Amino acid sequence: MTIERSNSERTVRMAGEYFQRDRNLQPPAYTPTYKTSVTRSPQKALLSLEQSLSELTGPVFNHNDLGPLDHDMILNYAKDGEPIGQRIIVHGRVIDESGHGVPNTLVEAWQANAGGRYRHKKDTYLAPIDPNFGGCGRCLTDDEGYYFFRTIKPGPYPWRNYVNSWRPAHIHLSVFGPSFTQRLITQMYFEGDPLIDICPIVKTIPDEDAIKRLVAPLDLNASIPLDCRAYKFDIVLRGRRSTLFENRLEGN
Amino acid sequence: MVQPLNYFKETASQTAGPYVHIGLAPDYAGFDIFETNFSNVVAGPDTKGERIKIEGRVFDGTGAPVRDVLIESWQANSDGKYSHPEDTQQKPVEKDFRGWGRICSDFETGVFTIETIKPGPVPGRNGKTQAPHISLWIVARGINIGLQTRLYFSDETAANGEDQVLNLIEQEDRRKTLIAQRSERDGETVYSFDIYLQGDNETVFFDV
Ligand SMILES: [Fe+3]
Repeated sequence: MTIERSNSERTVRMAGEYFQRDRNLQPPAYTPTYKTSVTRSPQKALLSLEQSLSELTGPVFNHNDLGPLDHDMILNYAKDGEPIGQRIIVHGRVIDESGHGVPNTLVEAWQANAGGRYRHKKDTYLAPIDPNFGGCGRCLTDDEGYYFFRTIKPGPYPWRNYVNSWRPAHIHLSVFGPSFTQRLITQMYFEGDPLIDICPIVKTIPDEDAIKRLVAPLDLNASIPLDCRAYKFDIVLRGRRSTLFENRLEGN
Repeated sequence: MVQPLNYFKETASQTAGPYVHIGLAPDYAGFDIFETNFSNVVAGPDTKGERIKIEGRVFDGTGAPVRDVLIESWQANSDGKYSHPEDTQQKPVEKDFRGWGRICSDFETGVFTIETIKPGPVPGRNGKTQAPHISLWIVARGINIGLQTRLYFSDETAANGEDQVLNLIEQEDRRKTLIAQRSERDGETVYSFDIYLQGDNETVFFDV
């Protein structure tokens, strides 16, 4: 546990355990309309575990882990030119449930190219590979939890669920936070995409508002005129207790 | 009416999908983009402790190996100290030990391996000590939210018997799903650890 000083420098808070995950807002394991989940979902109840040092800690990353272009998917795989497609910025904050920015945390992103094709040996969709687009990026949040990527807007793509299933345009995002209990992978969608509402993967989430929070709005204020548009996507990780009464993990 | 609590809500999880390797292990996806890639090698050359290899497969409900799974591991060093600022134990932690690994299964066989050192016992709750263990987080296509579990070691019978978490598992029979079996192979120490997503041997997963 850490002792964290608030801005006033007067109060001393103990940062304790992470809030219970709200399973009503998270997809359950078994979601038959997303067919692959049927055989990959545990059927027994999860065992609720009170957190110990093993859960309160997690991997720490730093700038030595990253290359200078890792956050720029327009340039980080450019071979003989820039990738084809709509130039966009994806930016936002990683915060916790109390609204505190999560600094220095690793955010990783991956996506299909403008035609909806992944650079992956298992993707055989007939849209072409873009020779100048890798489709992955990563960055560390700054002291306030801000992150940004520059990329190409991904295309929707077909997938084998129903015969005629199409994923809405999306970017996969992976986030750490300071503890292994906060580990999260999600997907961000784009405002105005009619495929969002009918996507079986989106619909694994049982809460309408939780789905809306995965849809990034167009953010013209962060766009670069005559160059690229921006979409804003904030990510919320589990918060942690911070009370005057400490729940001592060490015992009394 | 009452005042609103004004907490933010945790972002909803979505499956890592079939192409998770592009973002998290592009070398596995079949292309070269980053100067540094994360890997299944958890301990560097200067890290103390017994060198071990962990090997296993993740099985789905039909008994088939999950060949596109991605696992992350988190562990303490051989002194039982995590490489993290909140582990305030007065113990050293090696500079080349992050304690974290990112592991992809083989696309053909589904076998995953972790190359690491055996962790020491770590502090538990209420002044107790936990048996040596490694925390695992499992994602794949078809898994809607990452699965958390733990790996314990078969040669730690006494410590395992005292472990708070293992003892929390009401059905004693299920505790063995978290225990990796030790063997020697070509002079190497190998722990076998298969994970079952469903079925009679379903691995114990945690809500932490
Ligand atoms: Fe995708």
